[in-house]
Amino acid sequence: MNKRCDVSIRGAEIAYGTIKILEKFDLEVAQSEFIVLLGPSGCGKSTLLNAIAGLVDLRDGQIWIGGNNVTWEEPKDRGIAMVFQSYALYPRMTVRGNMSFGLKVAGMPAADIARRVDNAAAMLKITELLDRRPAELSGGQRQRVAIGRALVRDAGVYLFDEPLSNLDAQLRAELRVEIKRLHQRLAATMIYVTHDQIEALTLADRIAVMKDRVIQQLGTPSDIYRRPANRFVASFVGSPAMNFLPGTFALRDGAPCFAAAGISIPLEGYGFDARPQPGAAIELGIRPEHVEAGGDLPAAVEMVEPMGSDQLAWLRLGNHPLSMRLPADTPIASGQSLQLRLPADKLNLFDAASGRRL
Amino acid sequence: MIASPATQPNGAPPSRMTPGRIGIYAFLVVTALFFLTPLYVMIVTSLKTMGEIRLGAILALPRAPTFEPWIVAWSSACTGLRCNGISVGFLNSVKILVPSVIVSIAAGALTGYTLSFWKVRGAGLLFGTLMVVAFVPYQIFIYPLVRVLATIGINNSIPGIVLIHTIFGLPTMTLLFRNYFAALPPELFKAARVDGAGFFRIFWSVMLPMATPMLVVAIILQVTGIWNDFILGLVFAGRDNLPMTVQLNNIVNSTQGERAYNVDMAATILTALVPLVVYFASGRWFVRGIAAGAVKG
Amino acid sequence: MMPVSFVKPRLASRLAVGLALSPAVMVVVVVYVGCTAWTMWISLTASRMLPNSTFVGLRQYASLMGNERWQVSVVNLAVFGALFMVASLALGFLLAVMIDQRVRAEDLLRSIFLYPFSMSFIVTGLVWQWLLNPSFGIEKMGRDLGLDWFRFDWIVRQDMVIYTLVFAAVWHAAGLVMAILLAGLRGIDPEIWKAARIDGLPPWRVYLSIVIPMLGASLATASVLLATSVVRLYDLAVAMTNGGPGLASEVPAKFVMDHLFERGNLGLATAAATSMLITVAAVVAPWLYWQARQRDRRLAA
Repeated sequence: MNKRCDVSIRGAEIAYGTIKILEKFDLEVAQSEFIVLLGPSGCGKSTLLNAIAGLVDLRDGQIWIGGNNVTWEEPKDRGIAMVFQSYALYPRMTVRGNMSFGLKVAGMPAADIARRVDNAAAMLKITELLDRRPAELSGGQRQRVAIGRALVRDAGVYLFDEPLSNLDAQLRAELRVEIKRLHQRLAATMIYVTHDQIEALTLADRIAVMKDRVIQQLGTPSDIYRRPANRFVASFVGSPAMNFLPGTFALRDGAPCFAAAGISIPLEGYGFDARPQPGAAIELGIRPEHVEAGGDLPAAVEMVEPMGSDQLAWLRLGNHPLSMRLPADTPIASGQSLQLRLPADKLNLFDAASGRRL
Repeated sequence: MIASPATQPNGAPPSRMTPGRIGIYAFLVVTALFFLTPLYVMIVTSLKTMGEIRLGAILALPRAPTFEPWIVAWSSACTGLRCNGISVGFLNSVKILVPSVIVSIAAGALTGYTLSFWKVRGAGLLFGTLMVVAFVPYQIFIYPLVRVLATIGINNSIPGIVLIHTIFGLPTMTLLFRNYFAALPPELFKAARVDGAGFFRIFWSVMLPMATPMLVVAIILQVTGIWNDFILGLVFAGRDNLPMTVQLNNIVNSTQGERAYNVDMAATILTALVPLVVYFASGRWFVRGIAAGAVKG
Repeated sequence: MMPVSFVKPRLASRLAVGLALSPAVMVVVVVYVGCTAWTMWISLTASRMLPNSTFVGLRQYASLMGNERWQVSVVNLAVFGALFMVASLALGFLLAVMIDQRVRAEDLLRSIFLYPFSMSFIVTGLVWQWLLNPSFGIEKMGRDLGLDWFRFDWIVRQDMVIYTLVFAAVWHAAGLVMAILLAGLRGIDPEIWKAARIDGLPPWRVYLSIVIPMLGASLATASVLLATSVVRLYDLAVAMTNGGPGLASEVPAKFVMDHLFERGNLGLATAAATSMLITVAAVVAPWLYWQARQRDRRLAA
């Protein structure tokens, strides 16, 4: 029943008049993969999704779905289904009507339509809502209906355009889990666009982090989190955000280390992608949860933010602000002094000018 | 089916000039011609001599275009007993238009402002009533209003017609401004109150400057509506102040003998000129005006 | 002790509010309510050229119903109204839909369809009177093209003249309907179009099953505006045909005006005016009520 297509974008170029949205864009999505396009607004991710759907024309390049070149095909012939940010439900039809309208127009027999609608409704737990109108539903329910409308199409690829952005935080968390369960159950190919890095980390098999119309990094959530390829990815992914310290690369007795005003952090054990020159301006990044106590870097506690399950301490290392995550029951107060250790294998070094990982 | 690389779909799909799309353009073009024909005929007829007109061919361009009909229409056409052309009507319309626009917009803005921001008992009722009466045909009010204005002593005068236009413009103007003010952030008003500004101060210094878009829309609507008015001018303006529309009707429909169609058309264009210029100059604002005035409540 | 300045502004603003609202209140009470009541009162008296306070009940209305000119006026208006509204809504809707198809030169097209609305009814009537002039207008043009059988003299035929008024009025109003419906169309969430496209719905199906139901409010607004201008029909009839030939294009508003002034029969005129009012009320009141309910429902949600 499930087709599970792979998607291939080759050399895509999208432009509106003289404004280029995407240029020479390539991306391969494997069968049954859940890939997330993550990035700030304006990076081109939604446009790319619309192009895959066939709602936007390419100026150059090709789109292949399931081994077929669909570049010139209408959306209905591409074997895709789409879920929108604003749900886009037909307001004057019931839920059942919304879910079955496309199939009815395509000429599917009523019995088949009913079967598909009931299956999808059961999967999404909206069976008791089938005779209601969208105006009578809550945001979360509407989004489930929108997903249901996509499911009944039994598509090869499911496209999600920021589907949870209009929901409040709690509903977002609930539906996130639903979508992940759906993917485990159907093993369908899903392409998901969002600006929320938590959604990306929890849902994706692979994430494509985008900025300024270019893929900054393509990898598993683990890769993206642990070894961000550049400063942008490092700062965009992870909450609370990564700490950044500006400084220079230096050699102390032949050993590589990071030097900033009054501090010297040894870099022995750091896996370099590229070795910088001594004296080069670099930035050091470290996540709050990797900052450890019990070293020889003196820091003063300025403020503590209790966050329920843990607390976030704001310190000053030399004259640099630094945030540090601690368990909720660790006694700490502002004004205290701490000795810090920044383990080299948890560090991330970036070239100060280009932002590339070193 | 494997296509050769030369015919592989790539980039933008070939132009979708389907029969459907051609049909759309055809329909739009034909309809546009239907809409433009009267304007074209108006202009063309006004530039022909009577000899040429008598030959027919209403759509033909003038063979020897002349502005003579325009001059006659402006300065010597007969509107009833006098033959001073429609320039008299033009002046009257201007004399009616300017004060009417100012007063009616001021009244509407003030009323809309009051109903938006200040708690008044019965505000809803007042506003609702204004909206309802906007639909009532003028004929209901004409006789009593003539009597009332005559009693005050301003019937058949400019102040009289200005008052009439203000009265009948109040519902739409109030609606315009009240809807606009209601859409502004209420914090603006609260901040002004905290700053110590009083009722008229807030209106004059804070709200009115912010309402510039709506002022433009209101001016467009009122200029068009008041200039094009016929029935109110006919009844209330007085024989000495008849607006251009009334004079125009007199010129065209009450001539004895053969009609000078070219002069008629010239006079018609002259009458239509002011609102037409406003329309073409205002572009999207005109549409905004319609949308704002059409949404009642 | 409260400083005096605290109390004064409250009083001052109350006075100011009263002052600012007094014109509106005066207008509503004196003009709208008062004059309507006055007119209705006169319609129940034996007034002819001058007002007369003899109460005669509904006698004026009875003679109104039996008045041939009034009967013709009402029938004319009904025919005109029905044709005008249907044609304007249909044409306006088609134009709005076509322009919404992302055609080029949209601004230009919109300007062309909407400019008639900026013209006075007098101008409209006179232009169309000229166009339809049998001796010099379209009929002559057809004859000149060699079509001897071509006739388009509707404007001087009693059985056809009312349709000429419909032409002119539709030319005037279709642009307005188009503007209102286009605004409504543009208010539809564009993602619904995308969803429909992915569902594979052909455009005509989308308009029929999804868009038109969503345009309910715009269609209602346009209809009410058209309906009120139907009842007010006066300038156009006066300019284009002056009620003729004979009585064939008489309309209620003209009946009232003629009897108020030339024919000097206040009682009959006011009875006619009140009848017009009742008709308008019957159309508009349900719509206003529905609008108020919608607003309350929206506020409660």
